[in-house]
Amino acid sequence: MSSWRFGFGALAVVAAGAALPHLVSNSYVFYAGFITLQYVIVATAWNILGGYAGYVNFGAGAFVGLGIYSAVFLFKAIAAPLWLQVLGAAAAGGLLGLGMGYLTLRIQGVFFSIATLALTIVLNTIVVNWSFIGGARGATVLAPAPVWFPSIVSYVFFATLVLAVITVAVARWIERSWVWRGLAALRANEQAAECCGTPTLKLKLFAATVSGALIATAGAPYPYYASYVEPGSAFGLTIALNALAMPLIGGTRSWIGPVIGALLLSSIEQAATVTIPTEVNLLIVGLVLIGFVVAAPDGLLGLFARRQNQGARA
Amino acid sequence: MLELASNAVVTGLLLGGIYAVASLGLTIAFGLLQVPNVAHPTFVVLGAYCAYFGNLVGLDPVLAGALFAPAFYAAGMLFYEAYFICFERRGRGDTLQSFTFFFGVALVLEVVLILAVGVDLRSVGAGYIGKSLTLGAVTMPYRLIIPFVIGSTVGAGMWAFLTRTHTGLAIRAVAHDDRALRIVALDPARIKRHAFGIAMMTAAFAGAALIVLNPVDPFIGGEYIGRTFAIVVLAGMGSVPGTLVAGAIIGLMESLVVTFVGASWAPGVSFTVLLATLAVRPSGIFGIAR
Amino acid sequence: MSEPVLSVRGVRKRFDTLIAVADVDLDVGRGEKLGIIGPNGSGKTTLINCITGVLRPERGRIIFEGVDVSRMPTYRRARAGIARSFQIPRPFVGMSVVENLLVPLDYVESKEEGIARAHAILASVGLQSRAGDPAESLSHLELRKLELARALAAAPRLLIADEVMAGLSEPEIDEMLDILFELNALGVTIIMIEHIMHAITRFSERLVCMETGRIIANGKPQDVARDPEVRRVYFGK
Repeated sequence: MSSWRFGFGALAVVAAGAALPHLVSNSYVFYAGFITLQYVIVATAWNILGGYAGYVNFGAGAFVGLGIYSAVFLFKAIAAPLWLQVLGAAAAGGLLGLGMGYLTLRIQGVFFSIATLALTIVLNTIVVNWSFIGGARGATVLAPAPVWFPSIVSYVFFATLVLAVITVAVARWIERSWVWRGLAALRANEQAAECCGTPTLKLKLFAATVSGALIATAGAPYPYYASYVEPGSAFGLTIALNALAMPLIGGTRSWIGPVIGALLLSSIEQAATVTIPTEVNLLIVGLVLIGFVVAAPDGLLGLFARRQNQGARA
Repeated sequence: MLELASNAVVTGLLLGGIYAVASLGLTIAFGLLQVPNVAHPTFVVLGAYCAYFGNLVGLDPVLAGALFAPAFYAAGMLFYEAYFICFERRGRGDTLQSFTFFFGVALVLEVVLILAVGVDLRSVGAGYIGKSLTLGAVTMPYRLIIPFVIGSTVGAGMWAFLTRTHTGLAIRAVAHDDRALRIVALDPARIKRHAFGIAMMTAAFAGAALIVLNPVDPFIGGEYIGRTFAIVVLAGMGSVPGTLVAGAIIGLMESLVVTFVGASWAPGVSFTVLLATLAVRPSGIFGIAR
Repeated sequence: MSEPVLSVRGVRKRFDTLIAVADVDLDVGRGEKLGIIGPNGSGKTTLINCITGVLRPERGRIIFEGVDVSRMPTYRRARAGIARSFQIPRPFVGMSVVENLLVPLDYVESKEEGIARAHAILASVGLQSRAGDPAESLSHLELRKLELARALAAAPRLLIADEVMAGLSEPEIDEMLDILFELNALGVTIIMIEHIMHAITRFSERLVCMETGRIIANGKPQDVARDPEVRRVYFGK
């Protein structure tokens, strides 16, 4: 897909998103759409560090929560509009990613993953102890929808759609540049990559920062979406699990993989929540994750590519 | 004030004993064998539930833990075999994939526990629970002392095993250089399998200690993930004495924070220690500086 | 005599209590074919790691083309013109053969020129038919060729070939030697580490022998082969 086609497609998607609130009155579409788009952002952004570079971030829930609470903070402190909240979330997420990366990626990648394991609990602890942004009781965020949008939920949907397009565009840009090759090389063999001239540390930090920033932006529209935020729901295990599952199911080599994984997982989960309890949902996702990691490590895209290769040889 | 402080210190050190035994399995699996078993804390919780069920039929929980230990050993060997077949043998020892595998297992195990036994807190009953020992200004509840004793015993036993027995030395050797082992005709895979079995076995004891200390629910594993990894890193990868010392340090710091700062800040302690260790001395207390 | 392309001055590298490289001095002339031999554990690979920057010595300096690179990170030294191939091939799995070569080329050429050059290099080592295949599907000989091709991609001025011919058959060894001779004819300085004696003595203009971190012999291949110290190290007293 050439860049022109992609750009055109992106604009078309955004335009459709802006028009949709005026064509559809059923607000469920926007609620479900928001969740799906949030999944797309988290999956694609996570994959920049996890899939391209091979460094597992177990704390996607923490980054999303950080985005949520950055938005809450900016709203309460300076009544910031949504776009500013998003920027704040991105800055916070980027800084956290950079900081964690700087501390751990110079030693061994394994320590980065270990540190992210505990991140969710730590950020949860900080929020619980900080009453300005609501603490354990939670925070209420109420804002009117801007002029063009009939409801706040349709506004949030549109904003998240734009963020999703941006995230995918960033992932795609990285993928088509030397950055992807450098990340893939250091994922395969870091020493060999260095000996080929790849600035491995800089690339790792870059990926960690961009990934962290974008994951956090997925959280920024959430306070408007839910109107009420409390730490229990903000820092969820489900997000951390899904962030791993979506790219692994879809395929980690390209930006298309996480998008496919996100669309699949999101639709299945939303259909299932009505009929299956949350725990069973988690169980199934966990089993599917293990299944893919063992049997299809390159995800659905990988399976598809393999079949194409076999077809070509026949 | 002094009484408060001395109680906090003693409590912290005793807690350290159980934190250490919960981390021992990870010291072996991750520290020595380089297997990033993030599911270990969840297996400790499983051990706690096994002790609970043993207690239901009248057994002392510690005894129940010991009785389940062989089953955990066998399960550990099977688990390693599965990991080996899926990942190490194929050569694509990709960190992303093996990490995800263990993360998936941890999650599945936790959910299975939720579905099987529910989310309510479960506790055990025994003669010593509820009673305390008072020495001077310090009061130590037995539910703290017993886990500490379990922890120290298992720790000491592990150290003796790793330094005095053939298999133990082989395990430490395989951590160092498994090519050399092949030359002396020992099969590294077999040794690693037994080592992993032993690591899993400690979870049975740690679980018993855990449920004596406090009632458990399936979510406690999450609390311990940060703690156990912080301990393993602080200790210096693969060091058993380091694990005991690091456990004591973390237990002590948590106890002091709870007493003098506030209980709601306690979960952040182990993470802070982890980051500080990585920033200042990543090889840990007893590890070799690279 | 022009300035050496590589100067190793007083380099010492320790691991805990083991001194792997003990105060080594070595000069390599421009366009020279230098061979390094020595038993396992003599410090050859450690020395190479110090030269390329993978390890930082406690003492000493590395000077490449007149520039002190001792403090430079590995990737900068690679871009400055030092290339190396690894003892055990380290292909970039998950990428195709030609993509493997594009990695070092990314820092040298534009993408289009890079692709052209990558194909040319693959042709020169005989891997052009495998260009689009995944790196993990290569045979042992092909992996060694890829290792070499990748090291050559960014037109290095110094190539360190670490046991490039291990495990190859006689005709395959000849093939590799031809590639290296041609490369040297184009002006590339080559340091070869090898255990296969007839190959390295055939290839090298000068031979250096290491033992427990020190250079114990340095001279023409025939002379070094006859050196009593070298014979002691390899055959015992």
